[in-house]
Amino acid sequence: MFTSSRDPFGALFDLQRALESRFTSDWLRGSTAASGTFPPINIFQQGDNFVAIVELPGIDKSKLKLEAKENRIRIFGEKTVGYKEGVSLHRRERVSGVFDRTVSVPVRIDADKIRAEYREGILALFIPRAESDRPRAIAIN
Amino acid sequence: MAEQKELQVQQKREVEQPEETTVPARFYQPNTDIFEDEISLTVVMEMPGVQRGNLEIKIEKNVLDVEGKIDFSAYKDLEPVYTEYNVGHYRRSFSLSSKIDQEKISADLNDGLLTLVLPKAEEAKPRTIKIS
Repeated sequence: MFTSSRDPFGALFDLQRALESRFTSDWLRGSTAASGTFPPINIFQQGDNFVAIVELPGIDKSKLKLEAKENRIRIFGEKTVGYKEGVSLHRRERVSGVFDRTVSVPVRIDADKIRAEYREGILALFIPRAESDRPRAIAIN
Repeated sequence: MAEQKELQVQQKREVEQPEETTVPARFYQPNTDIFEDEISLTVVMEMPGVQRGNLEIKIEKNVLDVEGKIDFSAYKDLEPVYTEYNVGHYRRSFSLSSKIDQEKISADLNDGLLTLVLPKAEEAKPRTIKIS
C-alpha cells in the first residue's frame, strides 16, 4: 500500500511513486500477456481481491465488451472519434480504432463474480480471488 | 470497406512547465482535438477520472487554460501489483487564434471527455474575400 504522508499534498506524489515502482513488476511475467497493448492497465490488490483499472475516455459503453474465463480477462471493443461535417481541424491527438486485449492473472479468481464499472471514462474491474485460493488459518491442536 | 485500425498505446505526456510547482506531483497533458467551423471553435480533451467539480476553465488574454484534478482518494486502499500507466492531474493551455465570445462558452464533461465550445466573437467570423 502506498504510504500516504502526513502532508495531504504529498499523497498524490506518493501514489505516483508507488505506481512507478511497479512498472517493472514481474507479477504478470510468465503469462502470455505483454505490456504495450491497448488499453494500458493497472492492477491493484485490495485486501484479498484485485482491482484492474483501465482509462478509456469517451467510449460508447455498447462498444465495450468484457469476457472472463478461468483466470483470463478479455477487454475488447472499439473507440470512435467523430467530427461534425464541414469542420476544419486544428489539432488531432485522440486516437480511434479497435482493441482486443487479454490479461491472465497469476492467481485463481472467481470469474463469475467479476464486477465492472465504467465511470468518468474509467473502467474498473473488481476481481474476487477464488475461494479455494484464499489463505486459511490452520488450527494447532 | 476500410480495414479497421488497431489501437496503439499512447504514452501520457507530462506537462513541462517553465516554473516548478511547490507540490511535488506530476501533471499530464490531456490528448486534445481542436476543430473549427464558421461559428465556433471546439476543444475536446480526454480527462479520464476527472469529476465535474474538479475542473477549472479560464480564458485570459486569449489563452485558454484548462485544469482537471483527479480524485486519487479512490486509490487509498489499493496496493499496486502491476502497472502500465501513471495517474495525475491534467493541465493544458492554448493561445487562441480567434477572438472568442467569452460569455457564450459552453463546457460538457461526459465519460472522461471534456467538450468546450468557444463561439467566435462577431468580428472574428470569416469574411469571404472577393478577388477583383
